[in-house]
Amino acid sequence: MKKRSGVFSVSFSVGFATGLYGISFGALSEASGLDIWQTCALSLLMFSGGSQFAFIGVLGSGGLAALPTAIASAWLLGVRNGFYAVTMSSILGKLGWRKPVAAQLTIDESTAVALSRDSLEQRRGFWLTGGFVFLFWNAMTLLGAWFGESIGNPSDWGLDAAAAAAFVALVWPRLTESKLRFTAFLSIIFSAFISPYVAVGVPVLLSAVLAVIIWLIPVRRKP
Amino acid sequence: MTLWTGLLLASLAVYSWKFIGSLVPSKALDHPRMAQLVSLITVALMSGLIGIQTLITDRQVELDSRLPAVLVAIALTVMRLPFIFVVAVAALVAAGLRFLLGWP
Repeated sequence: MKKRSGVFSVSFSVGFATGLYGISFGALSEASGLDIWQTCALSLLMFSGGSQFAFIGVLGSGGLAALPTAIASAWLLGVRNGFYAVTMSSILGKLGWRKPVAAQLTIDESTAVALSRDSLEQRRGFWLTGGFVFLFWNAMTLLGAWFGESIGNPSDWGLDAAAAAAFVALVWPRLTESKLRFTAFLSIIFSAFISPYVAVGVPVLLSAVLAVIIWLIPVRRKP
Repeated sequence: MTLWTGLLLASLAVYSWKFIGSLVPSKALDHPRMAQLVSLITVALMSGLIGIQTLITDRQVELDSRLPAVLVAIALTVMRLPFIFVVAVAALVAAGLRFLLGWP
């Protein structure tokens, strides 16, 4: 069992498991007052789970009057994709016309899979995972919007734990030095600790601020 | 503003981060110090996500079946077991605890 999973099967399973959450999104979006076209357009065009759930969440509780707040929340929650895009553009190299496509596929999952692979497989990991998540996320959004919650709750199948476990398995190989391990450990505790006091999505962003502070701490070398 | 206008504006706003980030020249990461910063931020964002996905429900800390499942996943990852196996066992642990023991 020492053999690592191939990049194709990792990408496929991440895409499929993430995609299943599209059912929840589709169903919730309908419940928030969006029609099926609007729901599907959000998954196609916004394509960023956190931002999408925030958008429909604000609309669901505030109605059309809350539209500016909904836009602002979605925008704020999208910041982390910008950081991922910086990392990914150096890995993906020159892209030409595919650059805007790669940008749209730059999300938590595609970045995490790419970074967990050896340099030869990073590009394949990004495109495959981004492609599979896009495919399944949009297909499942349609299903969820069509059938509603009757399909079932992803957490009944343990998918909520699977999503967290996937990120654990993807981030672990990256923790090659003590500063990275320290940052990872602190971010997990910190984001959970401040969650009750700030808006949804903000804890993860504040983890990035934590990373900058840790970055500024000089590493003392033993003489 | 109609819902459609708002939806398109919000999508464009979310896309703008992705696209602007991709325009940062990769030369900026050539310096080891900058590369370290980007790598620290990426690890922090993903670890923050792990914390939220494992411990938080509706902005409150909720210790439920996810925590044992993720702890098992950490153990299996340390043992260098394949990715698919780690994720499948985590799902099984959480679903099993809920279904058999009625845990939240």
